[in-house]
Amino acid sequence: MSGPSDYQPTSPALKWIERRLPIFGLIHSSFVAYPTPRNLNYWWTFGAILSMMLAVQILTGVILAMHYTPHADLAFRSVELIMRDVNYGWMLRYMHASGASMFFFAVYIHMFRGVYYGSYKEPREVLWILGVIIYLLMMATGFLGYALPWGQMSFWGATVITNLFSAVPYFGESIVTLLWGGYAVGNPTLNRFFSLHYLLPFVIAGVVVLHVWALHVAGQNNPAGVEAKTEKDTVAFTPYATIKDLFGVSCFLIFFAWFIFYMPNYLMEADNYIPANPGVTPAHIVPEWYYLPFYAILRSIPNKLAGVMAMFSAILVLAFLPWLDSAKTRSSKYRPLAKQFFWMFVVVCILLGYLGAQPPEGIYVIAGRILTVCYFAYFLIVLPLLSRIETPRPVPNSIADDVLAKTGSKAAPMVSTVIAIMVAGGLLVGGAQSAKAEEGQASPPAQKWSFSGPFGTFDRGAVQRGLQVYKEVCSTCHSLSYVAFRNLADAGGPGYSPAQAAAFASEYKIKDGPNDQGEMFERPGRPADYFPSPFPNEQAARAANGGAAPPDLSLITKARSYKRGFPWFVFDFFTQYQEQGPDYVMAILEGFEENPPAGVTIPEGSYYNKYFPGHAIKMPKPLSDGQVTYSDGSPTTVAQYAHDVTTFLMWTAEPHMEARKRLGLQVFVFLILFSILMYFTKKKVWANAH
Amino acid sequence: MNPDAATIAAGAPIEVDLTPVAEGQDIKVFWRGKPIYISHRTKKQIEEARSVPLASLPDPQTDEARIKSGHEQWLVVVGICTHLGCIPIAHEGNYDGFFCPCHGSQYDTSGRIRQGPAPANLAVPPYQFVSDTKIQIG
Repeated sequence: MSGPSDYQPTSPALKWIERRLPIFGLIHSSFVAYPTPRNLNYWWTFGAILSMMLAVQILTGVILAMHYTPHADLAFRSVELIMRDVNYGWMLRYMHASGASMFFFAVYIHMFRGVYYGSYKEPREVLWILGVIIYLLMMATGFLGYALPWGQMSFWGATVITNLFSAVPYFGESIVTLLWGGYAVGNPTLNRFFSLHYLLPFVIAGVVVLHVWALHVAGQNNPAGVEAKTEKDTVAFTPYATIKDLFGVSCFLIFFAWFIFYMPNYLMEADNYIPANPGVTPAHIVPEWYYLPFYAILRSIPNKLAGVMAMFSAILVLAFLPWLDSAKTRSSKYRPLAKQFFWMFVVVCILLGYLGAQPPEGIYVIAGRILTVCYFAYFLIVLPLLSRIETPRPVPNSIADDVLAKTGSKAAPMVSTVIAIMVAGGLLVGGAQSAKAEEGQASPPAQKWSFSGPFGTFDRGAVQRGLQVYKEVCSTCHSLSYVAFRNLADAGGPGYSPAQAAAFASEYKIKDGPNDQGEMFERPGRPADYFPSPFPNEQAARAANGGAAPPDLSLITKARSYKRGFPWFVFDFFTQYQEQGPDYVMAILEGFEENPPAGVTIPEGSYYNKYFPGHAIKMPKPLSDGQVTYSDGSPTTVAQYAHDVTTFLMWTAEPHMEARKRLGLQVFVFLILFSILMYFTKKKVWANAH
Repeated sequence: MNPDAATIAAGAPIEVDLTPVAEGQDIKVFWRGKPIYISHRTKKQIEEARSVPLASLPDPQTDEARIKSGHEQWLVVVGICTHLGCIPIAHEGNYDGFFCPCHGSQYDTSGRIRQGPAPANLAVPPYQFVSDTKIQIG
């Protein structure tokens, strides 16, 4: 993309094409012969990582769209069926969902790198602005995509964000109606969100082409911030940059795979495993972690219109960065003051993210206001001022000089900042998690589960006994509508044979029809049938249970969680603790007490439960000792029943967990070996360039 | 991209029978996909709503202007927080009215904003009394 190529094809077929469409010449000059500064560090590999992430998102997204139904009544179920029935559907969805987080994680590093090294300065202003446009498009795409599973967070996130536009004077209400295609968020909204979510990634891809084009015209910036002058300053893109990028990409993939295979729900909200309900608002509506800093800015301003404007200007101010910072020296390496302020700005952003996940009350509001001022002050006061008063240190004459002057001592402070940022990042993520849970509750005790950890599997006996407990106790009130009888014979499940599953199914009566006379009839269950629900509809379930409908249990262990708090969520990332849901479910089953403690009054028709938020639960104590007779001699105690049924419900929520963890191990072994190979290949290739 | 004909047709007025709502109770009906709270207010609640000095309200409006005269006990409001659109919970908060769990806005027994980030009172939907015990919303 940087002028006519000197590429000479050798084969006659390539020559024939090249004379008519010089596409190979274009590729050759852009990605093979293209000169890149030889002092680029690993922060520059994030460009390649982002290209890969965009490709991953588009690929997985296109396949997911083949199985997804964009209808308010069917969307949630279709996503669950992707997770259960589509071949490797669980992997596609987890790749796509955590892929969005990884995409934003990489783009934030890419942007901070651009700010630190002054990559937005002349002659790269257009390149930078194109980047800001991509970022805006990414935010829109991420938001639209988050609405598609049509869970509680999807629905209410969409409601809150579309309502931002109602702050516009005079036209606000009409704009919002136009966005919704109705009088509230509903089916037309979901339909258009799906359409736009499919469209925008291709728009992003188009702007990325412009971004790369602008990059290849201006040339890459580099850590020294001086332009490449001679041949000695650069190396050819291939093999040097290619192999370095490949190493960076493979390391990033290890990080990515950790989420896909071991922590797929770490960055997701438990509430989003509850189907959207326009009549109930979740206690805390929290956006995805990558929007949290802007959400904090929105909330810290008491006036609605001003808050919305502040939030949008917090993003738009980035586009003016090339003119706000007029310092001649590009790289903060040679700007002692700018460097300090840069790291302060990073901390401000992370803290804003943390606050965005906290409830908007007390000290959090005040801190949010102070940090909002700091955020804007960095762009509007600090940078313009610094470019006038700061005396930069001398920059090297050329890139070659910079490479020769490199010392080993630089690595140490870098590592400490990376650690500091990782801790702060963990804080942010954990803040996001903790925000949704109620305060002032006893935390459910951590249990020992056979399915925890990277090698966890389901205890077959426990799953079978749990199924028995569900059938004999829970199923009188709770449905299990995402589980079919055939699933009982699936690999990684209770371990029944297809014949046993069919026999189990035939004990149930399933309503079918209409028959030739136009009447509904009952027949014995078949393996393909789903567990029948105890009530014909939600209203009937509610009426029969004192106003509280018993929730479907298929996803309950993923749809419930509790506050982990700092610093546990940081450790959770490393220990792969994913069992908040099962711990909570088991705690509820065991948390009933005959007499509430002094000072606690329980309304008529409710029961005291130590672990239930608010303590007043409509479900009477479901289990008692000796209630279910086990055939395998296991103790018939409440503790054993609770443990077994929770294990069973973890399987119903995550039926492919064993396959996921098994595949994860294989992927990890491969990626680690691949990264090691890439590292030594890179060393070999670069041996003569250093 | 504005609402299509079917969506508009489904948004036609609805009639609600008020007989089963006892004093102090409230019901939630859906109209145009929005929750509408219909509260049967007690004497005390009406008293509370009317005794507040208008000047102290962020969005001043009298209780009389928000109800139909002759039907003081009935409060009909759109249950959508004017901040960012969550559904407030009835009979909660410091003002015996509505409390929004999302960002902490509190409304009084007339559905007027009293505390929190919401800029305006809960909207009163268009409605009229067809008879003493039946209203038509829309």
